[in-house]
Amino acid sequence: MANFLLSRLLSAALVVLGVVCIVFLLIHLVPGDPVEVMLGESARPADREALRAALGLNQPLAIQLADYFGGLLRLDLGASLHSRQPIAGMLAERLPATLELAGVSLLFAVVIALPLGILAAVHKDRGWDTGAMAFSLLGVSIPNFWMGPMLILVFSLWLGWTPVSGREGAGSFILPAVTLGTALAAVLARMVRSSLLEVLNEDFIRTARAKGLSQGAVIWRHGLRNAWLPVITLLGLQLGALLGGAVITETIFSWPGIGSLLVEAIQKRDYPVVQGCVLLISLAYVLVNTLTDLVYAWIDPRIRLGSG
Amino acid sequence: MMRIYLPVGILLLWCLMALAGPLLPLEPDRIDLPHILAGPGVEYLLGNDDLGRPILDRLVMGARTSFVVAVGVVLVSSLVGVLAGAVAAYAGGWVDLLLMRIIDVFLAFPGILLAIALAGVMGPGIDNVIIALFVVGWVGYARLARAQILSLKRRDHVIAAVALGTGHVRIITRHLLPLIAAPLIIEATFGIAGIVIAEAGLSFLGLGVQPPAASWGSMIRDGARYMLVAPHMVLAPGLAILLVVLAVNLLGDRLRDWLDVRSARSVIERKNW
Repeated sequence: MANFLLSRLLSAALVVLGVVCIVFLLIHLVPGDPVEVMLGESARPADREALRAALGLNQPLAIQLADYFGGLLRLDLGASLHSRQPIAGMLAERLPATLELAGVSLLFAVVIALPLGILAAVHKDRGWDTGAMAFSLLGVSIPNFWMGPMLILVFSLWLGWTPVSGREGAGSFILPAVTLGTALAAVLARMVRSSLLEVLNEDFIRTARAKGLSQGAVIWRHGLRNAWLPVITLLGLQLGALLGGAVITETIFSWPGIGSLLVEAIQKRDYPVVQGCVLLISLAYVLVNTLTDLVYAWIDPRIRLGSG
Repeated sequence: MMRIYLPVGILLLWCLMALAGPLLPLEPDRIDLPHILAGPGVEYLLGNDDLGRPILDRLVMGARTSFVVAVGVVLVSSLVGVLAGAVAAYAGGWVDLLLMRIIDVFLAFPGILLAIALAGVMGPGIDNVIIALFVVGWVGYARLARAQILSLKRRDHVIAAVALGTGHVRIITRHLLPLIAAPLIIEATFGIAGIVIAEAGLSFLGLGVQPPAASWGSMIRDGARYMLVAPHMVLAPGLAILLVVLAVNLLGDRLRDWLDVRSARSVIERKNW
């Protein structure tokens, strides 16, 4: 396990290094002079030079990169060009909203997907299965940026059941969580179904049935217990997609999280804040993926032994 | 039979709208003030938007945007990705190691996040959308091609070709790539669905094509402000995206069944936003 842990952490560290480099280079992809793009053409030369110096853009690239890494180690991501606030503080302020939304969406997805996937597997090729798979296909094909406005139209504007936007009270979570969680629910339902179907074909299930165990006991005690490993892995992987999808969902519902901060920063050409948002979401994704791998290896000895 | 004819029919219509759009007498940018926010009717089948522009005409022009971006991005990303993955797997050693590390780093950016950041930083416009989606998209093809070639390069026919003195390029192009065509075709099919949603998503955020050009994503964004009085502004482009994406996903699933490819990721695993 120690070998596996070490190699996994080492590869995660390499990925983090790569991610930081790409995020650092983002500002250099601004066409023309980034300072001119950020301040506008009418800015005074003195202001331009001041910003160039503040961002370190007058230094050689290697020095800039070293400074960026140095800043990260001190949790210093620079300051917003607009509000002059430290970016780390802005991210810390917005992070809880994004985590809450991701958590509630995850919960929604699991609550929908588990029963749906189980029903589909148990009633394979019958009504429940067809319905669940149709939901699954529809769920991954509906874009968030259409589903969100349609839900607002029906449930907020026509029926008046939920707030249109914002983050006040439990009711405000419903529509954003459904918008963000539907795709994940669709993915999970299919995964639960296929994983459970595979287990239900195993010999030990036949033995359990031959012993006279009820259908419920077979599914719950023998089927699901063996089927949930791939589901957990998928959940870990999809959590990143959830964070990425949050950018659009937060924008639709004016949700005060990291995703909407990113879009606001892009609109204001506040590139250091863009860098901070991308970095935070990506690092969170790397962390979740690494943890998923470790949990998986801890649960399933074949993985850690195979690679150790 | 419906399961194949219906998606193929929808996709043909999409291609037709995209390719024949410029030849039709459309007026997607014509402002018609008396018809501002007018609902569907005989004169304007899908109604008009907030500037009185005909939504059907804009829908056809939007089809062109999504088609050009989807086909362009999938073609370029699959070419570059397959080439990189094939060369890395065939060469092995440090070339392979380097590519794997690069792929790992690109995969560390969740979903469409990197494309949003790239398009945002490079500035709005269809060229930058294509570049941003390509930067994110090639990785999947590279990973797939690499995995496939790794499993094939020790086959007898490849060893025989090496023994006969066949050049590396010829071995890759004639003896390896044709064998991995099936999973790549399926990956590219699902890739089209992903890019259609991604392009519309970037346009929804204001990072795609710029006004007055039409994109299904920007039509949804414009319509969202008038949902209560003119829901057709959001319904029409949304249904168009949904139908195209559903059709591509259904076709991809069918193709996978026909070609019997287990290694290709399913439509479900590809969804990333």
